[in-house]
Amino acid sequence: MQYFQKELETMSADQKKVLQSERLVKMVKYVYENQKPYRAKMDAMKLKPEDIKSIDDIYKLPFTVKQDLRDAYPFGMMARPRRDLVRLHASSATTGKLTVAGYTMNDIDVWGECAARSLVMAGADEESIIHVAYGYGLFTGGLGMHYGGEKLGACVVPASAGNTQKQIQLLTDFGADIICCTPSYIIYLAEEMEKMGLKPGVDIKLKGGVFGAEAWSEGMREDIERRLGLRACDIYGLSEIAGPGVACDCQYKTGMHFQDDHFYPEIVDVDTLEPLPYGESGELVITTLTKEGMPLLRYRTRDIASLNADPCPCGRTTIKLNKITGRSDDMLIIRGVNVFPSQIESVLLKNADIQPHYHINVDRVNNLDTMEIVVELSPSISVDEVAHVEEIRKKLSSDMASALSVSAKITLVPPGTVARSEGKAKRITDRRKL
Amino acid sequence: MIKQIAVFLENKEGQASGCCKVLKEAGVNLLALSIADTKDFGILRIITEDNASALNALRAAGYLSSEVELVGLEVPDKAGALSDLLIALGEGGVNVEYMYSYAGADGHAKIAFKTGNPQKAVEILQGVGAKIV
Repeated sequence: MQYFQKELETMSADQKKVLQSERLVKMVKYVYENQKPYRAKMDAMKLKPEDIKSIDDIYKLPFTVKQDLRDAYPFGMMARPRRDLVRLHASSATTGKLTVAGYTMNDIDVWGECAARSLVMAGADEESIIHVAYGYGLFTGGLGMHYGGEKLGACVVPASAGNTQKQIQLLTDFGADIICCTPSYIIYLAEEMEKMGLKPGVDIKLKGGVFGAEAWSEGMREDIERRLGLRACDIYGLSEIAGPGVACDCQYKTGMHFQDDHFYPEIVDVDTLEPLPYGESGELVITTLTKEGMPLLRYRTRDIASLNADPCPCGRTTIKLNKITGRSDDMLIIRGVNVFPSQIESVLLKNADIQPHYHINVDRVNNLDTMEIVVELSPSISVDEVAHVEEIRKKLSSDMASALSVSAKITLVPPGTVARSEGKAKRITDRRKL
Repeated sequence: MIKQIAVFLENKEGQASGCCKVLKEAGVNLLALSIADTKDFGILRIITEDNASALNALRAAGYLSSEVELVGLEVPDKAGALSDLLIALGEGGVNVEYMYSYAGADGHAKIAFKTGNPQKAVEILQGVGAKIV
């Protein structure tokens, strides 16, 4: 199966622009009439719905930030009365209130279609068994991929997160060919399967997977593909817009195909909020073009990425989202230097003496930020000589310093010591009291 | 030649004693023990009566362990005996990475050392009449 919705996924740039423009004009009118916070924002800017004539006018629209959603908690951003909403999701927030998103039946259908397009990119078809090991619940991962799989007509195994031994049993017994979970969890699963002596292609039939909900590097993708012999696709989504399926990469990995008939992406400068050209890195901003329950205009995702419009050999004509390089709220500032955990990860993945499991401890000692990276040694190294272990530590320390432009204390620990997470990996402990 | 087990120890309390407890529970008798410590980690080196069981037990308990071969020899019980042997090794171009002594079941003092060139070390030592264990 090459595409889930060929016409929509491969339309020409001209057709796409007409469609996006029609949809945006309609959306802005709808938003103005049905969402008080937007009417207020647009009135304050003296912007009328009729000022938006095509997709080229999108930059005139106001931005939306997470705080706007929190201020409207729980239902102030909904464009439809309660009886039209069929689902509520909420994203976990470490501080303050949850961010709530309401979906109509049509929203759920559109999201399911986008998730189904993504699964096809990972190699799924109607014959597939799709193992969903994302958590089911307020988090959009589990239900999003579940509905996508059903929309595709595949057979879905709603394993949800946790209970690794049972997951492995289901994978071997049911023979799923597609898996959906976080990238850190698939690595954990691969490790556990290796320990049990299970062979990819023999005991485990996986041939593709969509992995998302946390930032991961190309090195990590290679590691996953090598260990499990599958096609590892990066999937993007966020509950405020729609869960996983907003964008996903195909086998050519030219960037994640952004479902821009439904969701329009822009990249803006983090400081000036000015739109940036393709290829430049900045904050991803998304406008929903077809959403009914809770449409959003120029929603600032806090994800740092770039877009590209290069043609993809798969034939899909969407704009593509390059790998998320970090979340602006995941970003650490160590002694004034911006550090993304994904940078640390890529250094670790290049070193065969250690395993890509790590934990970052940040503290402030005598008014100076300190960063400790706790890293697991590989089980295969010989540990009898102090000099050898010291050498591993020193090399890692200098590689890290050159990649991050800030020094970090490297602490080596035995394999299996760094806590594994069955959901989003919690890799940072920041003890600074600022 | 002697087989030694090296165990990587994190720099936190109870690591060495935890290791010994694992060996006790596995019923493994220790013949020799030496610890190399640095600011950040330690390395426990042991020679046991049953390395296979010791390694299994240590790895099952989560200790990063590896088995390496050392050159072992008996040292005559007199002043300067070790010095003569080390001089011979040095003159033969054999580097000693680390070494420690232990008492064999027969009561004689023994030395175990790690070198990058064990064959040559054994040849040199045998050449000066040392008894290889």
